[in-house]
Amino acid sequence: MVFTVAVLASTPLWLSQVGLYQYLALEIMIWMMFALGHNLLLGHGGLPSFGHGAYFGVGAYAFGLLQQRADAGLLTGLLGAVIVTAFFGMLVGAFISHKRGIYYALLTIAFGQVFWFAAVKLHGLTGGEDGLLNIKRPVLSLGVADIDLRSNEAFFYFALALFALVLVALWRLIHSPFGRVLRAIKQNEMRAAFVGHNVWLHKWLAFALSASVAGLAGALFAMAQQSAYPNVMSLHNSGFVVMMVLIGGGLVSFWGPVIGALVFILTRDLLGAYTETWLLWYGLVFMLMVLFQPDGVAGAWQKGRARWARRKPTDPARAPAVKHTPREA
Amino acid sequence: MALFEATQLHKRFGDNVVLESISLSFEEGQLAGIMGPNGAGKTTCFNVLTGRYKPDRGTVRFAGEDITGLSPRRIACKGVSRSFQIMNLFDDDSALDNVLIALPSVRRQGYSMWRDLGRDSAAHDEAATILARVGLAGKEHAAADSLSYGERRALEIGVALAARPRLLFLDEPTAGLGSEGTARLAELIAELKRQLTIVIIEHDMNFLFRLADRISVIHWGQVIAQGHPDALRENPWVQRSNLGAAA
Repeated sequence: MVFTVAVLASTPLWLSQVGLYQYLALEIMIWMMFALGHNLLLGHGGLPSFGHGAYFGVGAYAFGLLQQRADAGLLTGLLGAVIVTAFFGMLVGAFISHKRGIYYALLTIAFGQVFWFAAVKLHGLTGGEDGLLNIKRPVLSLGVADIDLRSNEAFFYFALALFALVLVALWRLIHSPFGRVLRAIKQNEMRAAFVGHNVWLHKWLAFALSASVAGLAGALFAMAQQSAYPNVMSLHNSGFVVMMVLIGGGLVSFWGPVIGALVFILTRDLLGAYTETWLLWYGLVFMLMVLFQPDGVAGAWQKGRARWARRKPTDPARAPAVKHTPREA
Repeated sequence: MALFEATQLHKRFGDNVVLESISLSFEEGQLAGIMGPNGAGKTTCFNVLTGRYKPDRGTVRFAGEDITGLSPRRIACKGVSRSFQIMNLFDDDSALDNVLIALPSVRRQGYSMWRDLGRDSAAHDEAATILARVGLAGKEHAAADSLSYGERRALEIGVALAARPRLLFLDEPTAGLGSEGTARLAELIAELKRQLTIVIIEHDMNFLFRLADRISVIHWGQVIAQGHPDALRENPWVQRSNLGAAA
C-alpha cells in the first residue's frame, strides 16, 4: 500500500523524463479509484455491475452542477457529489439486491442506460450531448493557506490524498466482518442466509458504497477534465472498468484493479499513439487473458510466487499459504 | 411443552402436493429422527421447518414463538441451525473461515467495516475449537474445496454448529460416507446430543435406530408412524412400507 502511494507520489519527479505527462498519472489514479470501488462488487462480492459508469458520471455531473448552480466550493462539491451518488446507488441497489448472477448484471446495465439516457436528454440540467463545460478546479482552503489546484501537479497531490484515503478505507473494509460476510455471500448466498446473515442488506450496502467511490472518482474526473459529458456514463466506460478489474486480477487480489487501471490507461496512451485501433489490440489481449489467464496479472503473479515457494524445499508450508491468502499480491 | 412444534404443515408446488399434513414435535434435549423413502418429502419438510420455503398452511413454533414463514436468517438468529444434504460450504475459504463466518459474534458485528476480523483472536479460537470438535483439528487452513469428502461432511456440521444453535437439523449426514466415517459421525452426534436438541433425516436405519430417542416416518407427505425406535421396528406401517426391511 505504501509502495503504491509512494510510486504515485513520486511521479512528478520522473514522469516527464520518460516521455509521459503528469495528467496521465492523474487520470490513471482516478481510474484506479473507480476500479477499486467497482471491485468491491465484482471481486469481493461476486456482484457483476456492468453499468457502473453511471455512478462515475453522476459524480461528475453532480460536482459540476453543484459548482455551477449552487456555487459549491471544493470540499462541499466533492462531498455533495458523493452524497448524490450514494443516494442513486441506494436507490438502484434497492431494485437489484435480491438478484444475483446474470439478472443482476442485466439490471445494472439497464439502470446504467437509464442514467446515460437522462444525461443526453435532460438538456436543461446536463447540457445534453455537449455536457457541462468550464467546470473549475476550485481553490483548496486549509484555513491557514489556500492552495491553487489549477496546475496538474497540485491537483494530482490533492487527488492522491483522497486516493490514499479510499485505498485505506477499502482495505479495512474487505478485512472487516462486513467484507468477510460479503465474501461468504459471493461464494454461497444461501448458506450465508442460513447461518444468519442479512444477504440483501450486505449486497445493498456494498452497492451503495461502491457507487459512492465511483461518484468521488467521477467528481475528480470532472475536475481533471474540467467538464462532464454523457460519454463518461456510457456502456463503454462501464465496460472499461470491468476490463481493468479483470485484466488486473481483481477477482483474486485487492490490487488487481490498481494494476488493471495502470495497464489499461498506459496501453491506451502508448498504443493509441501508434494506432487508432488500439482498442482492437487491447480487446484481443483481453480475450487471450480471459481464456488463458482468467485471474489476471495479479493471479499470474500469485501463481508464480506459489511455484517459486514450492521449489524451495526448506519451506514447504508456504505454497498453500500463498494460494489462499488474497491479501498477498 | 416441546421445544419445536410444527402443526398441520401443508406445502404444494404447482399440482404436486409434497407435504399433505405434517405435524411434528421435538422435545428439548432429545434426538429425533425422520425417515422415509426417497421423494417422501423429508427434505422439503426440513426446508419448510428452517424457513427456505413458506408453508401454504400450518404453523411452526420454536421455543414458544410462532416462526411460521420467517426467513432462514431470522430463524437462524433465533437458534435453529441446519446442515445440508448436498454440501453447501464457502468453498474458496479455509475450513476455519467457514466456521468463523457462522459464529454469532461475527454475525453481530456483520456491519462493522473497520475492525480487522483477522485479528479477532477470540473468534478464531472459538472457530478452532469447533473444528476440533468435528474432528478437523489440523485442517484449519485448508481450503474447503481441498478437503476430502468425509472432511467436508464434518465441516458441513461444523458450520451448522458454529451458529451456536439450540436446535440442530442434520439432513442426511451420512450420505456418501463409508462405514468408518459413519461410525465416527455416530460418535460425534452421540456427544452433541448431550448438549443440544438434534433432528436428523437419515436413510441409514442402523445409524438412526441406534442414536434416536424418537423417530417419525414420513411417507406420501404425511407422518405415517412415530415413536421410540424399538416400538417402530414392530410397527406394521413401517414393515409394510419396506422400511423395516432395511432396519
